[in-house]
Amino acid sequence: MSQHLLILGAGTAGTMMANHLRRRLSKKDWRITVVDRSDKHLYQPGLLFLPFGTYTEDQIIRETREFIPPGVDFVQAEIDRIEPARRLVALANGIEINYDLLIIATGCRTAPEETEGMLGPKWRVNIHDFYTLDGARALRKQLADFPGGRVVIHLNEVPVKCPVAPLEFIFLADTYFRERGIRDRVTLTFVTPLSGAFTKPKASKKLGHLLGDKGIELVTDFVAERIDQEEDKLVCYDGREVPYDLLVTVPTNMGDEAVRRSNLGDDLDYIETNRHTLQSVNFPDIFVLGDATNLPASKAGSVAHFESETLADNLILHIEGKPLKEEFDGHSNCFIESGNGKALLIDFNYEHEPHEGPFPFRFGPLKLLEESRLNHFGKLAFRHVYWNLLLKARPLPGISRRKKAPPVPAE
Amino acid sequence: MITTIAGHEVDVNEEGYLTDMTRWNEAIAAAIAAGEGVGPLTDAHLKVIHYLREQQAKGAALTIRSMGKSGVVTTKELYDLFPGGPLKKSSKIAGIPKPVGCI
Repeated sequence: MSQHLLILGAGTAGTMMANHLRRRLSKKDWRITVVDRSDKHLYQPGLLFLPFGTYTEDQIIRETREFIPPGVDFVQAEIDRIEPARRLVALANGIEINYDLLIIATGCRTAPEETEGMLGPKWRVNIHDFYTLDGARALRKQLADFPGGRVVIHLNEVPVKCPVAPLEFIFLADTYFRERGIRDRVTLTFVTPLSGAFTKPKASKKLGHLLGDKGIELVTDFVAERIDQEEDKLVCYDGREVPYDLLVTVPTNMGDEAVRRSNLGDDLDYIETNRHTLQSVNFPDIFVLGDATNLPASKAGSVAHFESETLADNLILHIEGKPLKEEFDGHSNCFIESGNGKALLIDFNYEHEPHEGPFPFRFGPLKLLEESRLNHFGKLAFRHVYWNLLLKARPLPGISRRKKAPPVPAE
Repeated sequence: MITTIAGHEVDVNEEGYLTDMTRWNEAIAAAIAAGEGVGPLTDAHLKVIHYLREQQAKGAALTIRSMGKSGVVTTKELYDLFPGGPLKKSSKIAGIPKPVGCI
């Protein structure tokens, strides 16, 4: 009788796991099932570009089944709850699925309801998000018709998925309005609960000038108590106010609601996960990766990618009854659009903050923490890498799961 | 870098945050608070500071939300106690790392 591996979520993380493990587990011994509420796969980094018209929807949406390998069952359904004690997952349609091993890759979601006044009558009128397809789509129209005025980019709370995306958005907005010829009629303001747009010393030193250069105003240490939709302003707990004509907000991010229904999460519905092995802290037959974990790593596709390689090894070790590898180091890597057809590239982990140096090889060709056109083309090319290699869990040349040590600075 | 705070030699980073939370004591906290324009430290401040240190020791992520929901202090009170930058100032005074983003 074969055993059953159940994967919850067919986003970046879940899809990669299905591909890794179908190759490594014998079909005779293991059935694999993936469950997701949607049968469409969204290339989430593309949501940043959609509002500016750089990408069209058909470039960033594909059928989920295209990326689920043969020999893996895909079930489209809403997950009601996980019951670790009974080793089963109950779907909203009443069906219960038993598992021998469970991988939770249910990601995270935007939770605009967490901020008073955000979901009022002007939500999606002059208050927008770009972390959802609906939001990015509505914002595209709003930006195209925007006559000028105060544009505020607002980060409500951390952690969020793709933590640099809010900054990238404001850099791209600067370029966008300049190309539309109305930059002089637009003010751009970045509002963050953190102490700055850049909070790590090396990045701050190297990139701190970017906002000033682009004429972007910065408001820090700002935690929104509420959004006042009558007077179109953000109100901070300490009484400060930031008025806007167009508010682009990144709402609080939280884990999937099924996690809360299952009592498996923290106060943001993220699951307590071993930061080096990716095993659930409380349930040895549950593993967690991607945005669903509570790890102090970025919520980003690259992190899910690096995690997936360690997790695939660890799942096999777990099945063989061997000790797990304490391998995952928090490795994260991403391109950051900085506007004007340029981008930055950063590489970091739990230990090392983003730093300068060549990437991915000792000769480059890319340079870390430096603006270049090549990085921008790298970011655009990555969409093809994502669809053709990454989701299918094929190796990426020169990219290792653990971060390579930063170069030692010359004295 | 090594510096002397309230008569104690401690290692701090370039922004003045203690690099080792175990070297902290309330005298150090009072001195850092004075430098940040906070205080004098009351029981209400200390309650927040001790809560932050407990959470940090457990490895929990520190957010304004978790503070607000902890029952220790409301977000509004946190701004009243540590004006201008509740999390960054309370963390510094508590001898724990500054809450940061990824860059």
